Amino acid sequence: MSNKIKIEVRDVNFWYGQTHALKSVNMDIYENNVTALIGPSGCGKSTFIRLFNRMNELIPKVTYEGRILLEGQDIFAAGVDVVEIRRRVGMVFQKPNPFPKSVYENLSYGLKINGLRDRDEIHERVIQSLKDAALWPEVKDRLKQSALMLSGGQQQRLCIARCLAVKPDVILFDEPCASLDPISTAKIEELIEQLRKTYTIVMVTHNMQQAARVSQFTGFMFLGEVIEFAPTDAIFTVPRNKMTEDYITGKFG
Amino acid sequence: MIGKKTEQTLGFASLFLAIGLAVFSLGIMIYFIFAGGFRVISWEFLTAVPRESMTAGGVGPAIVGTFYLVAGAIIFALPLGVACAVYLTEYSPKSLVVNVIRMSINNLAGVPSVVFGLFGLGIFVKFLGFGVSALSGSLTLGILVLPQIISASQEALLAVPQSMREASLAVGATHWQTVKKITIPAALPGILTGVILSIGRVAGETAPIMFTAATFYTRGFPKSWLGEVMALPYHIYALMTEGTHPEAQTQIAYGCAMILLALVLLISLAAIIIRQRQRAAYEQ
Repeated sequence: MSNKIKIEVRDVNFWYGQTHALKSVNMDIYENNVTALIGPSGCGKSTFIRLFNRMNELIPKVTYEGRILLEGQDIFAAGVDVVEIRRRVGMVFQKPNPFPKSVYENLSYGLKINGLRDRDEIHERVIQSLKDAALWPEVKDRLKQSALMLSGGQQQRLCIARCLAVKPDVILFDEPCASLDPISTAKIEELIEQLRKTYTIVMVTHNMQQAARVSQFTGFMFLGEVIEFAPTDAIFTVPRNKMTEDYITGKFG
Repeated sequence: MIGKKTEQTLGFASLFLAIGLAVFSLGIMIYFIFAGGFRVISWEFLTAVPRESMTAGGVGPAIVGTFYLVAGAIIFALPLGVACAVYLTEYSPKSLVVNVIRMSINNLAGVPSVVFGLFGLGIFVKFLGFGVSALSGSLTLGILVLPQIISASQEALLAVPQSMREASLAVGATHWQTVKKITIPAALPGILTGVILSIGRVAGETAPIMFTAATFYTRGFPKSWLGEVMALPYHIYALMTEGTHPEAQTQIAYGCAMILLALVLLISLAAIIIRQRQRAAYEQ
């Protein structure tokens, strides 16, 4: 288990208009580990994860303060290129959202918009990403077909591949299995376990078993606060906070 | 009291009656136009210039003139309208000013077309000095359908799921790349639907071109964007209100109406084919 801290979250507050959605959040995200965020609906975990690639800024009337240091660099600082942050911090969304383009174009898109022109290199990276996302055997004969023809689970792995293609450092998973069946879910979990060797992963999940299975660190959030953050083993066996214990044992949530 | 089954039957029956009535009126209209116009249609009618005070010859210049006006209006209004819609949906902050702009555009769609004609006369014909010409007419018609194209494009852009934009931004695309490569292509079928409707509107309008582009008679085919043109809707109007041979003229008017319908269908068909291709590329 790596002890190097990849991302430091320091005193982050976040508001939607008047609503205080995140309250003085602090957290360390460790490199090459999976950090899971759990908590009941509306506790702020999605808001929190979307800070890491500054996706919340698409919503009007949001304000925030505090710092998020990605390898020591504050991603909110003036002059930071948000586009480059989003390339370095990839994201896989709750519902598979492939582009209505071919399987191949879904992956080459990110490469082209980031300025890659060499067709051989694009080809190589598209295929490598599909392999890394464990999708290659299923799509190798249908690269030209629309991505919308794939099953939900395949689409989600395509979205993971799309994210891998641009070589991020960190990958955010926002409830990646929320709309998938158990078999597809198992495949994604297996994949996340593999990806952790190369990437730092932060994932939001509603499923506590999933957090226990795939993560090394877990943060329990409630009403915009991080109630407890600890190694996953600890949080699921000896939670220090009464509220955490009640949540993971299913007394509320 | 009537039973719920009877009520359902009555409900369906009235819906059926409504659609029947709509189809019937449309059918009747097409029937009369074709029945009236069919006899005068010939190769000469389609390609020749009018002769003997409009009672013989053809309406070739009017067909070409209408084509000029429609093409010019769409070439002008489509890029402008799409650009406005993109700005309003993708870029403008959600503010009071933008809401007012949006409302004004919607209201502009309700302005009577003769007002656009007067506007075109003032701006294009007089002020900019384009004279009564195909150019002035095209621009006037373009402005006339601009609100329609903007509204349709806005609807189409708003219908593109936010998740598509997020997916693009999440791989490091800029806002502009996202708009250009993801949002507009995804909205294109909807935008083209707006264009198809606009084509019908532009081809059929008479009032906006009366003072800006159309003339009753030209000796030959239109040669320049800066010349007056004959146009089918105006020609129909002229045939029915002026001249000294009402019977012969009425027949020709029907013929023109038929050609106008066919022309709109033809141009729309082109747009429909492009739209289908686009959809197929997206959904296969």
